[in-house]
Amino acid sequence: MARVIVEVMLKPEIHDPQGEAVLSASHRLGFGNITGVRQGKRFELEIDGPADDTTLAAVEELARELLTNPVIEEFSLRSEG
Amino acid sequence: MFPGSLDDTDAARAVRYAGAQPVSLWHADRDLRGADAVILPGGFSYGDYLRCGAIARFSPVMAELVPAARAGLPVLGICNGFQILCEAHLLPGALTRNDRLRFITRDVRLRVENTRTAWTRGYETGEELTIPLKSGEGAYAADQATLDELEKTGRIVVRYAGGAPNGAARDIAGICGGDNSNIVGLMPHPEHAIDPLTGPSADGLGFFASVVKSFAGALG
Repeated sequence: MARVIVEVMLKPEIHDPQGEAVLSASHRLGFGNITGVRQGKRFELEIDGPADDTTLAAVEELARELLTNPVIEEFSLRSEG
Repeated sequence: MFPGSLDDTDAARAVRYAGAQPVSLWHADRDLRGADAVILPGGFSYGDYLRCGAIARFSPVMAELVPAARAGLPVLGICNGFQILCEAHLLPGALTRNDRLRFITRDVRLRVENTRTAWTRGYETGEELTIPLKSGEGAYAADQATLDELEKTGRIVVRYAGGAPNGAARDIAGICGGDNSNIVGLMPHPEHAIDPLTGPSADGLGFFASVVKSFAGALG
């Protein structure tokens, strides 16, 4: 059993209004020294078998095909545990 | 029709108004039922889970539609339909959250810039339409090279006259693709503007009438 974590963020050049809304709310709560927020997604994949290179390559393909929209998002992945 | 589609009924009504017969397609069927053209309707397919249109894109009906569209079948994606066409890579770019985060429901003025597509032949270039916009993730985004290419090749079909209300790049409301510009996607809803009794205008009827007329012409 392996666990692979995929983290997805909007590409830096894509406007993130959700992050901006969170930033405004942070300021309203008194956290004035936060200067920027960008919001992303984290996928936790449980996999039958080891997290070897073949598995990670397959997860990478899944990330490109389904978990992200490569036009506007980028991702990183790592195995855990 | 996908789980969560909303505006298929109005799209079917628009097809009838234009003098053609609407045929319902089911997401789980690999079957286009001999349709001469396909409309992907607005709504919240699969609850917008993962990303708008990201899951609908992999449904069985899309496995039939993608090659048909590449072979020239006229396809119109409205709102969520436009999102599905982008996720399926039938059109370039992506639709992102409205820049001020608010879901926008209001009539917008659109300028028709490409009247060569199967869906817009009935309009005049430069004609302005009043069409409802009804979306939370309608800001068209693409890299500069793609945007420049769309401009250069005249593939921007409709633009928000007076500026995009949602942050769409270059005020783009709709674009086209495919060898014959047979694939059109737009965020506003022409099917909600086919009769002044039930909408702001009848300006949207042209989308449906154009494609119906193109078949009548082919037969006659």
